Amino acid sequence: MATPVGFFTDTTLCIGCKACEVACKEWNQLPDNPIQFRDSYDNTGQLDQRNFRHVRFVEQATANPDKPIAWSMMSDVCKHCANASCLEVCPTDAIIRTEFDTVYIQQDVCNGCRDCIAACPYGVIGFDSQSGTAKKCTFCYDRLQNNKMPACAQACPTQSIKFGNLADLRKMAADRVQALQAQGVTQARIYGDTEYGGLHAFFLLTDTPETYALPNAHSAVLPGRNDVPGYLTVAVTAVLAAIGGLVAFRRRGERA
Amino acid sequence: MLTEHFVVSPHWEWYILAYFVAAGLSGGAYVIGTMLRLWGDARDLPTSRLAFFIGWPLLLVCPILLTLDLGQPTRFWHMLIDSRTGLVFKAWSPMSVGAWALLIYGIFSTAMFVVALGETRSTPALLSRVARVAGTLLGRVLMVVGALFALFVSAYTGVLLAVSNQPVWSDSWTLGGLFLASGLSGASALVLLLTRRRLEAAATDQKLLEADRYFIILELVLIALFFVTLGGVLSRVLSGGWLVLWLVVLLGTVVPLLVHWRPAWRRRISPTLAPILVLLGVLALRAVVIFSAQS
Repeated sequence: MATPVGFFTDTTLCIGCKACEVACKEWNQLPDNPIQFRDSYDNTGQLDQRNFRHVRFVEQATANPDKPIAWSMMSDVCKHCANASCLEVCPTDAIIRTEFDTVYIQQDVCNGCRDCIAACPYGVIGFDSQSGTAKKCTFCYDRLQNNKMPACAQACPTQSIKFGNLADLRKMAADRVQALQAQGVTQARIYGDTEYGGLHAFFLLTDTPETYALPNAHSAVLPGRNDVPGYLTVAVTAVLAAIGGLVAFRRRGERA
Repeated sequence: MLTEHFVVSPHWEWYILAYFVAAGLSGGAYVIGTMLRLWGDARDLPTSRLAFFIGWPLLLVCPILLTLDLGQPTRFWHMLIDSRTGLVFKAWSPMSVGAWALLIYGIFSTAMFVVALGETRSTPALLSRVARVAGTLLGRVLMVVGALFALFVSAYTGVLLAVSNQPVWSDSWTLGGLFLASGLSGASALVLLLTRRRLEAAATDQKLLEADRYFIILELVLIALFFVTLGGVLSRVLSGGWLVLWLVVLLGTVVPLLVHWRPAWRRRISPTLAPILVLLGVLALRAVVIFSAQS
């Protein structure tokens, strides 16, 4: 197996230029987005089958009259979770873990059941009605196989998106948080060290995860949590229904 | 503390709704047919046969609906077979388990349909022989094994929704049990609807009405539990137009109970009304659960 790779996205360095989005679209030959006028510079909207990268513009009101809106920008992407919800539920095994430890949807196996879309806690996966399959970031699997870095990381002009060996990136992220906190950015934190067993695409944030539309530690849960309680409820209901049936259908006043 | 969701909808819509209804009723009908044979008497046999006759065509619709809902319908077999690794089965994925359960239940449902056909008059000798085999101990054991798969098919759709990260669906563990109770109640209503003019079924109809009451009580308890477990997300299923669907669910559960407890009502209300309301309730329950979470 090749070395596990990752993306470390430092949101404090993101300038919202969307070079990552463009590079991703070009390399993966993704279609244009339909024109929509949103009340924001964020005209991509969300990650889906057309957008494997999405520069999220988080706009928050401030108390400063000279600067009424503060922007936090974050280049969002599939998190390639160590414990991936999509991979867990996929009934066809179309979703696999690659030799780089990333999560990949095999387009020739996927039959478009969309169970992965229901399971993904980050709303990353989209359904492509043209191909009839689910699509998301491939971590530029074809480029990795040819020793090239993913297109988004290569295009990022500020190195907000860093690509590399996962262990090295985690060390780099920890150092960066320490440096920011020493400079007074006390809100600096890493998102993705522990969530879903550790994300392969993790982020340095300067606000709570929810601000960036990311589930916090309490909400980052796997779909499988409902397997046992769900089936147990079925079993109890089945037993009670059978007792009801026995009472209602039993032979009355007759010999068996 | 509630789970906060940042997800997108899988767009499971009309085909899935129709599948959930068909699977619930088919599985429920098989279970009722089995229970009548296990615990009933000779007078219940015609109604038991009818239950198996109902279960089979409803089952046939299920794979068609599921295949039509796929983005790549010609790859429906990928649910069961991987051309590189062999059979695909994931015990922790309800969709994977459900695909296998539907296939196996299909075998039992077809077998019991053939048995029921063999028990009717003027059937070929071969079918009559098959029907006799079903009366043996082995036949009865196999029928019960089939009923376990029927129960599963009727119920797993609720677990399938719960094993996700979608709001409403994943916020409650009650959906599997709720769909099972509702499927059994709906199947009883469907059988009652089809036997209403057959005098020889009158005794069994009373038993079915009694069973339906138990299933409805179970369903009402599970609806209450569903609401309690939803907590802060409850407003999502109880807002706006969804209330109309809940009203249909309420009519489909409360009216049959009232008709039983108020004999005066029984004379005033058409005997077909209560079963029709139950069936509409089965449809409305699944519709409100499926669509409200994705709205």
